[in-house]
Amino acid sequence: MSARALINVPKTAKRGEVIEIRTLISHIMETGFRHGTNGQSIPRDIITSLTVRYNGEEIFSTLLYPAIAANPFVTFSTVATESGTLTFTWEGDNGFSVTEEAKIVVA
Amino acid sequence: MNDLNLTRRGVLLAASGIAAGAALPAPARANTPGQMEAAIRSVAGQAKIQKGKVTLDLPPLVENGNTVSMSVTVDSPMTRENHVRAIHVFNEKNPQPNVITVRLGPRAGKAHVATRIRLADTQKVIAIAEMSDGSFWSDTQEVIVTLAACLEDPTI
Amino acid sequence: MWWRSLLAGALALFLATLALAEIPLDQRRSGYDMMSASTKAMQDDDTSNPATLSVLDGEALWSRKAGSEGKACADCHGDAEQSMRGVAARYPAFSAARGRPINLEQRINLCRTEQQKAPPLAYESRDLLALTAFVGRQSRGMPIAVENSDQTRPFIEAGRKSYSARQGQLNLSCQNCHDDNWGQKLAGIAMPQGHPNGYPLYRLEWQSLGSLQRRLRNCLIGMRAEPYAYGADEYVDLELFLMWRARGMTMETPAVRP
Repeated sequence: MSARALINVPKTAKRGEVIEIRTLISHIMETGFRHGTNGQSIPRDIITSLTVRYNGEEIFSTLLYPAIAANPFVTFSTVATESGTLTFTWEGDNGFSVTEEAKIVVA
Repeated sequence: MNDLNLTRRGVLLAASGIAAGAALPAPARANTPGQMEAAIRSVAGQAKIQKGKVTLDLPPLVENGNTVSMSVTVDSPMTRENHVRAIHVFNEKNPQPNVITVRLGPRAGKAHVATRIRLADTQKVIAIAEMSDGSFWSDTQEVIVTLAACLEDPTI
Repeated sequence: MWWRSLLAGALALFLATLALAEIPLDQRRSGYDMMSASTKAMQDDDTSNPATLSVLDGEALWSRKAGSEGKACADCHGDAEQSMRGVAARYPAFSAARGRPINLEQRINLCRTEQQKAPPLAYESRDLLALTAFVGRQSRGMPIAVENSDQTRPFIEAGRKSYSARQGQLNLSCQNCHDDNWGQKLAGIAMPQGHPNGYPLYRLEWQSLGSLQRRLRNCLIGMRAEPYAYGADEYVDLELFLMWRARGMTMETPAVRP
């Protein structure tokens, strides 16, 4: 089954309003510092970045490290400038790439 | 993440700041404040990092080091002329000094980010804000981390 | 004979002590009450609660056709919000076919093998956790109400015996911590009363969703006792006892715990 992402973007906002956006994605975020029962190191497998675009323009980006807890939860703010689409792209080790969209109506 | 061997051996500090990225045969070593300092310098160069403007919100005693809620807020108007360019968070005793790096701009409206982090041991966490005028501001929190009372053995 | 009355007296004292050790109904507290504010916040909001991801997976599985019968849960049970309302709050429930109570995981697997003709889902597998989280979610906010009747009572008693028996290398019983010392600190964290009102739940220690049986095994291992295999009758009896002990308390599934 593919990774699950949950995005919380207000459906509507007033022009110029600062809105809070919350994201949650399922991912083990294996640090690379753990050892299995056979003593062998478990290889790193983490999401390394989340980039958010608002009608194509980047409004937020973050680099994640093994210190981020499993099932990364990231909350940030943005100014509601115009109606349109927010695109969320998570990328990580082993070719991990998930893109989700959310629409917003700005009046 | 709680099976790290947390005995504090002296970690060799080369100028490049050896983070435990490459395959280390031994159990993961605790970071030392020196590595955190090196990571901070790689971001801020020789610039002076002032205390203030930044609020790093972490619980003083965490219930579980695997998932600790953290938020960073920076006092800034977030206008084109005066905004936060980036927020960097570092830690003192995890195997690696970096926690998260966030890029912001005037479109953020508010310099605020929240997430959940892992903390391997009782330690200091520092959040550094890089402003559009090139200045650096910071806040530090000391966090006490306890281990769960009954650990699970995955082999059984 | 004189020793009979002594024995009767000792038994009465023992039973009285047993009763005293139980938490009075009005003093029962959910583990939620003992968590820090930030952990409570994680549970309170669906977007913050990492278990929500499993609930969504479960919702998708609910409609997915499976097995040689090509049936989905939805084909028989329709809209889960209606048909599954209150179900998790009364499990483990008595199964006439098996002649004993079974838990929700076993009930789902019975449906899988007998109705869908699909292979059973493994304990702690992503799919079984997702389905139990989804079904459990439909009981959120409802009072726990497992059956306490002639047919279930022997199993509740069996669970109670497990709960009160000292075991393992540390010679501890569940009662020692969860009845006698709840609220006190163990390794810096407050000891909860051990009510199963939020399962399956996201445990910060596991960084994933897990079932009540996983938590019970975790405790047994922590006490240095031999854990039973997943699906053992002993667990289901204990689950039933714990749910009965928590009767009337509010379901929080899927909860978050440290």
